[in-house]
Amino acid sequence: MAEISAKYRAVIVDDEELARRLLRELLGGHPEVEVVAECANGFEAVKSIGELKPDLLFLDVQMPKLDGFEVLELTGPVPAVIFVTAYDQFALRAFEAHAVDYLLKPFGVDRLKTALERARERLGEKLPPPADLATAARPPAQFLERIVVKDGTRVHIIPVRKLDYAEAQDDYVALCVEGKKLLKQQTIASLESALDPGRFVRVHRSYIVNLDRLGKIEPYGKDTHVVVLTTGAQLPVSRSGYARLREILEG
Amino acid sequence: MHPILFNFRRLTLYLLGWSILAVLVADQLATSGGLGWVQGAALSAPLTLFYAFICLSSWYACRLTPLSLRSVESVLTIHIAGAVVASFVWILIARAAVAALSGLKLLTVSREHLTRAAGLLFGLGVVFYLLTVAMHYVLLESEASRQAEERAARAQILAREAELRALKAQVNPHFLFNSLHSISALTTVDPEKAREMCILLGDFLRRTLGLGEKTLIPLAEEFALVDGFLRIEKVRFGPRLSFDEQAEEGVLRGLVPPLILQPLVENAIVHGVSALPEGGWVRLSARRGSEALEIVLENRFDVETPGVPRHGVGLANVRQRLQAKYGSRAGIRVDREGDCFRVSLTLPFDEKADGI
Repeated sequence: MAEISAKYRAVIVDDEELARRLLRELLGGHPEVEVVAECANGFEAVKSIGELKPDLLFLDVQMPKLDGFEVLELTGPVPAVIFVTAYDQFALRAFEAHAVDYLLKPFGVDRLKTALERARERLGEKLPPPADLATAARPPAQFLERIVVKDGTRVHIIPVRKLDYAEAQDDYVALCVEGKKLLKQQTIASLESALDPGRFVRVHRSYIVNLDRLGKIEPYGKDTHVVVLTTGAQLPVSRSGYARLREILEG
Repeated sequence: MHPILFNFRRLTLYLLGWSILAVLVADQLATSGGLGWVQGAALSAPLTLFYAFICLSSWYACRLTPLSLRSVESVLTIHIAGAVVASFVWILIARAAVAALSGLKLLTVSREHLTRAAGLLFGLGVVFYLLTVAMHYVLLESEASRQAEERAARAQILAREAELRALKAQVNPHFLFNSLHSISALTTVDPEKAREMCILLGDFLRRTLGLGEKTLIPLAEEFALVDGFLRIEKVRFGPRLSFDEQAEEGVLRGLVPPLILQPLVENAIVHGVSALPEGGWVRLSARRGSEALEIVLENRFDVETPGVPRHGVGLANVRQRLQAKYGSRAGIRVDREGDCFRVSLTLPFDEKADGI
């Protein structure tokens, strides 16, 4: 019975068929790992991971539609992630996203074995899932260019220039894009830190505004203001938010 | 830093030259000045040595009045004025020296003799100073030409390094890693294909290696490289990638800088097929315009997925190389139409390397 419970369910995500076949073949030498799905792109991966809840994920970085980091952001933490790529420049980001290992193509049986041993250690530890993966997985010194949001089974890829404003709603942020609101599980503070501060300003505890949408700023009450966006939406501005706005607008 | 004062070898040579002048001065003092030989030599030696150092100061005046930048008049005025002042100072020192030496019986020089020698000393002082000026200019010129040579050599090395870096950057190492990974997969799945892939990769690498020394290659060779590259990528992407190459009759004889298409084709793969789950195509065509060679590379790209930086370094690199080689005679245009991304190159048509 102990042997059956030691089985790890794995998903392979790689857009190249040959790469998937090779990994499956090499995993043939490790009967404790059972490959439950193969995915050829990020969308499939998000779907499979959501449905199958694998213990182990082999994840390519550069893929059509969604990259590996965006996949993780959408699915939430997977117990053990092993990145598989030909590019060494993502290694730091990978470990920041709590990957157990980072396999550089081409790799062989021995290197895979080491990676699996690390994965086994991680799975044995039963660590709590990493807290806020989205910010951790952001490339250093580079601001977000697009935001990925899962909406039921659909995945939206939103270029940040299309974002009008974001509103905090408990553990979520509501992203207002072209008149629609999309909910994403992320804190407004972590979204703020991921966005370019020259283009987006936290005007209020609960609001981030795209400066391109700024219509006018009007006084409202004693110490506060409101911004009117070019879309017509009105948002409250706090005192510190007003100071930040002035600082950026006055340059 | 003074080129003579702080260089022991030069200073020794310089003072050696002046010792000959000292003999001349002693001789002149003895004959024309009416002094005795001993008196002449005793006066000449310290005076000349002292004057040698005064003349060294003309270097600063030479450095501030470069021959190439100032008119002849201003150069002459400055240095003749310098010579007069230096020589005048020299005469004053000579008087002081005579006064100092007057204590020694043997070396006493009469005031009368000294006045007679003064005119002579002054003339020699001016001539010696101007000689030193000429020598300093020679030194400055040789230094300048040495520096110019060094600069030219350095510029050449830099240009060569830049070109090599550009060439190296054009064959992306990740392409190799991915290809090797594909071969690794094929060894069990399809050994025949693995062998074919090894041969394709070997051919491709051998072709690129030979290109380092060449400045121009026939378009046929460049097309062969691109074809090799795409066939390797075709093994990796399988049915997801399709490609097509077309060249008009005779156009393949035209010369192009080596690997000028390679970065563009790599872009077409990275931003095209590898970003499209259902796959994409790459089309390469070349034709001859009136005087020009026109090469068009098209690829399908993902219209829906925004935010991925496109065609940055590779395109800039190609643009730079064309600009450096042909100036305004070559051009590069980028446009998109529906899901088709197109890069068009125009360069002068030449079949012989010396035509450029």
